[in-house]
Amino acid sequence: MQIKPILSALRHHKAGTILIAVQIALTLAIVCNALFIIQQRITMLTRSTGIDEAHLIRLQNQWVGVDDKHVGSLMQTDLDTLRRLPGVADAYATNSTPLSNGGWSTGIGLKPGGKGERVQTAIYFADDHTLDTLGLKLVAGRNFRSSEVVDQMQHDGLDPPQVIVTRAVADKFFPDGDAVGKRVYLGNKPSIIVGVVARLQVPWVGGWAANWEGRSTLVPRRLMASGTNFVIRAKDGQIDKVLHSAPAALLASDRMRVIPDDDGVVTFAQMRQEAYQSDRGMAILMGVICVVLLGITAAGIVGLTSFWVGQRRKQIGVRRALGATRRDILSYFLTENLLIGATGVVLGMLLAVGMNQWLMNTFEMQRLSWPWIVSGVIVLLALGQAAVLAPAIRASRVPPVVATRTV
Amino acid sequence: MLAYYLRLGLRSLRRNPMLTSLMVLAIGFGVAASMTTYAVFRAVSGNPIPDKSAQLYKPLIDNWGHANGRTSDDPPNAMDYTDAAALMKDGKGVMQTVSYPLGLSVIPADPKAKPFRVYGYATYADFFPMFGVPFKYGGAWPADDDARHAPVAVIGEKINQRLFGGANSVGRSIDIEGNRYRIAGVTRAWNPQPRFYDVNNTGGFAADPPEVWIPFTRAVDLQIPTWGNNNCNGRVAPGWDGWLHSECIWLSYWVELPDAAAAARYKNYLHAYAAQQQQAGRFDWAPNVRLYNVTQWLADQHVVPQESQVSLLVAMGFLVVCLVNTIGLLLAKFMRRAPEIGVRRALGASRGEVYRQFLAEAAMVGVAGGVLGLLLTAGGVLGIGMVFDPDIARLARVDVSLIALTLLVAVVATVLAAFYPTWRAARVQPAWQLKSN
Repeated sequence: MQIKPILSALRHHKAGTILIAVQIALTLAIVCNALFIIQQRITMLTRSTGIDEAHLIRLQNQWVGVDDKHVGSLMQTDLDTLRRLPGVADAYATNSTPLSNGGWSTGIGLKPGGKGERVQTAIYFADDHTLDTLGLKLVAGRNFRSSEVVDQMQHDGLDPPQVIVTRAVADKFFPDGDAVGKRVYLGNKPSIIVGVVARLQVPWVGGWAANWEGRSTLVPRRLMASGTNFVIRAKDGQIDKVLHSAPAALLASDRMRVIPDDDGVVTFAQMRQEAYQSDRGMAILMGVICVVLLGITAAGIVGLTSFWVGQRRKQIGVRRALGATRRDILSYFLTENLLIGATGVVLGMLLAVGMNQWLMNTFEMQRLSWPWIVSGVIVLLALGQAAVLAPAIRASRVPPVVATRTV
Repeated sequence: MLAYYLRLGLRSLRRNPMLTSLMVLAIGFGVAASMTTYAVFRAVSGNPIPDKSAQLYKPLIDNWGHANGRTSDDPPNAMDYTDAAALMKDGKGVMQTVSYPLGLSVIPADPKAKPFRVYGYATYADFFPMFGVPFKYGGAWPADDDARHAPVAVIGEKINQRLFGGANSVGRSIDIEGNRYRIAGVTRAWNPQPRFYDVNNTGGFAADPPEVWIPFTRAVDLQIPTWGNNNCNGRVAPGWDGWLHSECIWLSYWVELPDAAAAARYKNYLHAYAAQQQQAGRFDWAPNVRLYNVTQWLADQHVVPQESQVSLLVAMGFLVVCLVNTIGLLLAKFMRRAPEIGVRRALGASRGEVYRQFLAEAAMVGVAGGVLGLLLTAGGVLGIGMVFDPDIARLARVDVSLIALTLLVAVVATVLAAFYPTWRAARVQPAWQLKSN
């Protein structure tokens, strides 16, 4: 295929050529970045929390008219009520859970009083039932003993003698995998790591915890505050029943409490749905924009090429009369489109990288990787060829006799 | 003549229904995507209190410095109790208030009714006139109730309905967590968006209006903890008093100042206060204070969500592609009619006439695209809940100004896109066209 005649023909259609190239370039830039956003969001919302979400319920409870100091016995009574309930496998009380987007965090390190190297970790209040309830996998060490679980007031410093940490925390300070029995410091007094769990996500799903979303610490503490979260593990197939029976049982045992009507009792499936709502929505929005954008660009190419074919009917006829085959005509238009497309994607790659750079500077966005750009390029070139196919076939069907008409 | 051009345009558009519908679709989708995302952006970036946004100021004092490896040079975005109490005592503004969020249980008088949860704020009497809270019955508690640590409350319309059947409950009492408060006023639903006065705890958006307010002084006496964020840096002594006198930040301070000169004076005052704290040995860094008005504060806190900005940008890029597409298609369409233009020009039509004819045709495409865009925008706004936080999504509305803007953008964008093709059409050489045919 001769490229020179195509180039000189294109020179006569500068405006159209430039418009298609620009459109392909802009489309590539937007589609690359949109696909990248989609991929990032999907990676986020498919992360595991490390807990057995399918069986778990969170119940938010607020005792009314009670001094924080006296919460302990109420908490114990409620836990007994919940654990005895048919359909309930286990339960515990805590300050926060994964997917709740609210909780405690603090620095953890190897030296007391906030000195030395420290990393941020989420703090989950736990007891000896926590691992069983959440279905956490202990990879080293042991569970808390019930004798280790003690009461803690909200405004007192946090210095538990024992902690269980996630592997992400353990590996940070003890990369050799020998964290059990070692000392770490949350505050001024040492805490011994008694156990390590495989994974437990922090409560926050959003940006600020993105770099340490696996660093959680369980402390053997019961938080003495009027508001608490009960986490309940239902037996197989019983979750819907427990969803209703748990709050009813608590209210029956003591009316002086508030369990909010709207989000007081929710499954972790619902919590996941809510926590990642905007990520999922953003992915859908970007997906819709990509599809419509590619459709419009393809339609634009069809439109302009059809116009060119109409314009050049006579020339095509002359070429056919001079011996060009249908195949020659077809490949002429395909090559022409490929040339324009190639110019467009080169420009588009620059634009895509520039746009990504700008998004990175303005928002918390990561660097666009080459596979995304390359797949964008392939998609757009293929789209261009597909779009040009119909008008090109029509062109190849122009009979040679056209050359002889209306001179 | 215009009517004639419109008729001509319609005829021409009907001649290539495919090409025409392609253009209309492109404009419609492009405009709808931009307008839907703009509807959200407009809702989240609006001024929540336009009358007073230049008189309400947020003072910040750096009480953390670079302790514990903190690297930011900005003061923390909330205030500790020590500084808030000192500023409140000096009372340098026309009005001032310090507040923190509460989550409280209300115990109905009817023993059969279940206790329920309400959210609100512990604050000072100035809160209500400063932020323009509308009242249905009664009003703010008198200022000396703050000094007396009085058990008074302002409640919202919704809980007034629930507890008192909507009757005027001023003077009656409400049982909150076992303590009785005398009701001073009942507000109408009041929920400015963004919630500028409590960005720290809401991120700027909260669907449900606050329903209860009690005096700050009373809440501190009762040791009611904050329902919002509490960030500590440095040592915290045990117990409530230890926490109050720590450097933990959990309070939102606002002051009303009449003009820029007063604001400048207030900033000097903040600076002097911080310098005094430095001298006293509490801060071992130079005074670092800020004074933001409402709009500056919202900008500083990046209240407009990233999702909204990114999707608006992507949607605008999408509109640009649609317009480039339209330019190409219009070019094809107009140039196909070169012989026709040649004839018109030869018969005496000026270039201006050609311009008018083709721009009129483009405007018709724009109007059609705008109408389609309007329908898609309406659908889009309904579907926003899928993309954005429901607290934000429900703020986006289709109103007269959005409808007008959608049509305007569609028509203006299409006419702009038509300029180049029209220019090419107007440059058609009549002689050449007549000869070659």
